[in-house]
Amino acid sequence: MNNNQSQLLWAYRTMQTIRMFEERMHEVFTTGEVPGFVHLYAGQEACAVGVCANLADVDYFHITHRAHGPAIARGADVTAVALEIYCRADGLCRGRGGSAHLHDAAKKIIGANSGVGSGAALACGSALATRHRGDGGIAVALVGEGGANQGVVSEALNLASVWKLPVVFVFENNGYAEATSADYAIAGGNLSARASGFAMPEAIVDGSDYFAVSASFAKAAERARAGGGPSFLEVRNLRMFGHYEGDAQKYRPPGEVADYRENKDCLKLFRAKVTSENWLDAAELDTIDQDVAKLIDAAYETARNAPLPDPEELMHSVFATEC
Amino acid sequence: MREKSYRNAIRETLYQEMGRDPDIILIGEDVAGGAQSEGTKNGPKKGGEEDAWGGPMGVTKGLIGEYGKQRVLDAPISEAAFIGAAIGAAAAGLRPVTELMFNDFLGVCCDQIVNQAAKYHYMFGGQDTIPLTIRTTMGAGLRISAQHSQSLHSVFTHFAGLKVALPSTPYEAKGLLTTAIRDNDPVIFCEHKMLYRMREDVPDESYSIPFGEARFVMDGEDVTIVAFSRMVHVATDAAKILAKQGIKCTVIDPRTTSPLDTESIFDSVDETGRLVIVDEGGPRCGIASDISAMVADEVFHALKAPIKCVTPPYALIPAAPNLEDLYVPDAAKVVAAVLGIMDA
Repeated sequence: MNNNQSQLLWAYRTMQTIRMFEERMHEVFTTGEVPGFVHLYAGQEACAVGVCANLADVDYFHITHRAHGPAIARGADVTAVALEIYCRADGLCRGRGGSAHLHDAAKKIIGANSGVGSGAALACGSALATRHRGDGGIAVALVGEGGANQGVVSEALNLASVWKLPVVFVFENNGYAEATSADYAIAGGNLSARASGFAMPEAIVDGSDYFAVSASFAKAAERARAGGGPSFLEVRNLRMFGHYEGDAQKYRPPGEVADYRENKDCLKLFRAKVTSENWLDAAELDTIDQDVAKLIDAAYETARNAPLPDPEELMHSVFATEC
Repeated sequence: MREKSYRNAIRETLYQEMGRDPDIILIGEDVAGGAQSEGTKNGPKKGGEEDAWGGPMGVTKGLIGEYGKQRVLDAPISEAAFIGAAIGAAAAGLRPVTELMFNDFLGVCCDQIVNQAAKYHYMFGGQDTIPLTIRTTMGAGLRISAQHSQSLHSVFTHFAGLKVALPSTPYEAKGLLTTAIRDNDPVIFCEHKMLYRMREDVPDESYSIPFGEARFVMDGEDVTIVAFSRMVHVATDAAKILAKQGIKCTVIDPRTTSPLDTESIFDSVDETGRLVIVDEGGPRCGIASDISAMVADEVFHALKAPIKCVTPPYALIPAAPNLEDLYVPDAAKVVAAVLGIMDA
């Protein structure tokens, strides 16, 4: 893992960008100006950012319906993300995908997928393609612990192992599949125990610790790049908001989020670590906070005022090859 | 030009296209026929790659010997995963051809086909294309009951973003598969299992047949018969019987249900004033009722008689030979349908 200063500054800036983006979305969603559903990633930033810290340009990153954070972590333009969530003409997907289907082909951010679990299968395909080209790339499938219960995920884990594909499956266990807790829905209570059945190494990682995620993912990525086949990471974290905005979250124990914000906030823990180790200076981080706040203001302002797609967009590119 | 079976015309197309484009890979259950395996814990296997059986239909036999393990991939019985993987590979720049052994198995990979493959290009704003061909088998006749005999082309056609081709002869199979593989959209290529042994002259060299351009199998001024896949032959047999009674039929094989050559159908009905649609899919919400509705909308003025659909009943496909034969439309039913509207 590369803990040089620029990497650390990037990690902090990216996690803070996601946090502020999501906190702002939480505020503005109540106004009704954002179409559709939104699923916020606040509280889970260290997972996507810890993964993306170790990705190269040739790598594919398959993300989930909880898409804003992972897309930003991988370098999607924040304004283009906001525009897409607002379903605007200049959004990442021309306003057709919305919040849950962010996709940026140039950055190899693949199809935030609201059919949860499917990313695991698609990632096997991008891994096949990258191996076919011999460009040294890997594919990462981000899947929630809820999505992990889809049959296609078990199929994909087996396929990846049988074909020895360069894939890392990152299971983000944020405790709840909508309202249903992982303790209830994961038989035996230990998701990562499934890895051994598919003959791949596994690790359980504290998702509030950027350094732990990054180190653990780096090992899995290295194995994949070296032709060693797939790995299974379970990253444990919590979301700070509901499954979607408007979720009353009555399924949570009292104080769960407050405690998480107080003791397991990845941004606070990161700041404490890098300043106590004297890797970064608190003032630098404060400057980043201010810069990011301005970036978020500008992105939302642009998105809010941008035009919706033209009516003819409805029928545009239903097919790639017109007959 | 040599006489070739439908099966061999398809295999020849795969062979030629894979030779032309190194990004074409094959994925499916037994497409290499177990040749991927080095053997089992009980010892090495008997045969080599040349012995790979090429799937239960034998269509892909020999391709692994030519193109190797990196391009001809046996998959576990995991349609959701391997079709999902084919979609991911297509989006990432390959041009996969997958085999869904029976179209009935749509049931286990429906999400991949209808929610991933069909929507990927449009929903992500046209950023990526999915140049994916899903070869599958359709049709009744093998006495293998309700889960291996359906004709689900209408189901696939429902989903915008998918193209659906139904080759009715060996010549058609080669030309349409070439187009399917070169097309940048997901194509469901429906091979009728009762046509695999059909033989006709097929050019040795590559050629393509455009999608959305119907084939006029016969010309006649009294009635238009539109039929798909194996039913093209049933319709043609009926037309020959009717010709002896002085009734002249136009038989149209639209070749693809998505895109559908409505213009040829409308023009023909405009001339004949009568329409019979023959299809092996179910009678409800199917391509026959769909075409019937479109013709009623667009060329109602030309109709001299009600539109008739000849399809199986709204029932399941039984294994018993006598019952299965009752289920599938035959020439007698088509003749009866035509005669029923000739007085009008």
